[in-house]
Amino acid sequence: MDVENLNSMMIDILKEIGNIGSGNAATALASMISKRVNMDVPQVRIMEFNDVARVLGGEEKLVVGIYFDLNDEVDGNIMFILDLESAINLTNILLNRTSKEDELDDMAISALSEVGNILASSYVNSLSALTGLKISISIPSLAIDMAGAILSVPAIQFGYVADQVLFIETIFEEGNNCVKGNLFLLPDMNSFEKILSSLGVL
Amino acid sequence: MEVIKVGMADLKTIKAPGVLTTLGLGSCVGIALYDKYNKVAGLAHIMLPSSKEIKNNENKAKFADTGIKLLIEKMIDEGAFKKNLIAKITGGSQMFSFNNNKNILKIGERNVLATKEELKKLNIKIISEDTGGNYGRTIELNAEDGSLLVKTIGHGTKVI
Repeated sequence: MDVENLNSMMIDILKEIGNIGSGNAATALASMISKRVNMDVPQVRIMEFNDVARVLGGEEKLVVGIYFDLNDEVDGNIMFILDLESAINLTNILLNRTSKEDELDDMAISALSEVGNILASSYVNSLSALTGLKISISIPSLAIDMAGAILSVPAIQFGYVADQVLFIETIFEEGNNCVKGNLFLLPDMNSFEKILSSLGVL
Repeated sequence: MEVIKVGMADLKTIKAPGVLTTLGLGSCVGIALYDKYNKVAGLAHIMLPSSKEIKNNENKAKFADTGIKLLIEKMIDEGAFKKNLIAKITGGSQMFSFNNNKNILKIGERNVLATKEELKKLNIKIISEDTGGNYGRTIELNAEDGSLLVKTIGHGTKVI
């Protein structure tokens, strides 16, 4: 069982989890800021390591990564990546301000960690509800750095089994603020099989 | 001047004049080898410590052990001599930190250790290094003089 062998049905299921998770995340975000939040259908993609950075705008592009540990019946990690522009738009939505700065202050970083927490929990809750598996997540760890460096973390984790990574891209919109978020769900291989078999596809 | 990019789990060689570069190195390790007499440079961007730990190990450039050996072979093909080779290593950051001791987060450190062990085994001296920390690095290895430029966001730029 590895990422290359994911058949189209498995991909559909992961896509559906992404869909439900993103929907819950958008709802959580909307109720948090009391505004309407639109969401595009998430894209689930399987790509070569070296192509992923290109999607984010190149290896040296400054991005924000928010990383969580998954524990209990599923071991692994979940990670959100936002480009800096999206991160700033998101904090502007959250903090109800119109900062044109290209840097994130402490307030913004704290807000991003919190929203990351809510989004990750929404995904994990959907996954847990669909599979019936108990999954808990850790507190967030946030890093702002080059896309290549941040992506090395999920790439290495997938690297144990494949030369590709699987990720889910979600786009949220509120008014003129567009937020493009990339989610990497990184269960360890045993947990991955556990997830697929509890969904009845393995 | 020719500039060749080295991607993740990849390796390349070049003869002077030319530059090998790898962008956004995180927990991976960039291994720069250089033969100053023949002006042959080689750069490997490894992701994992050992090819022996896992089944999926066809891509030799992905691992410290097999990657370094392959890089040396390629450099010899380009006219380098093994006894002339010196090494400079960078990367191996821990991008995210937690209080627990999960192995996966220490992968940067393990990559650096495995790289050092392999170089020692092959009798190649490490003359400088810039490893660890919690930030990414972009590196450029110049085949003219073997200098290695290390660029970061917020942690300065240096030549090692």
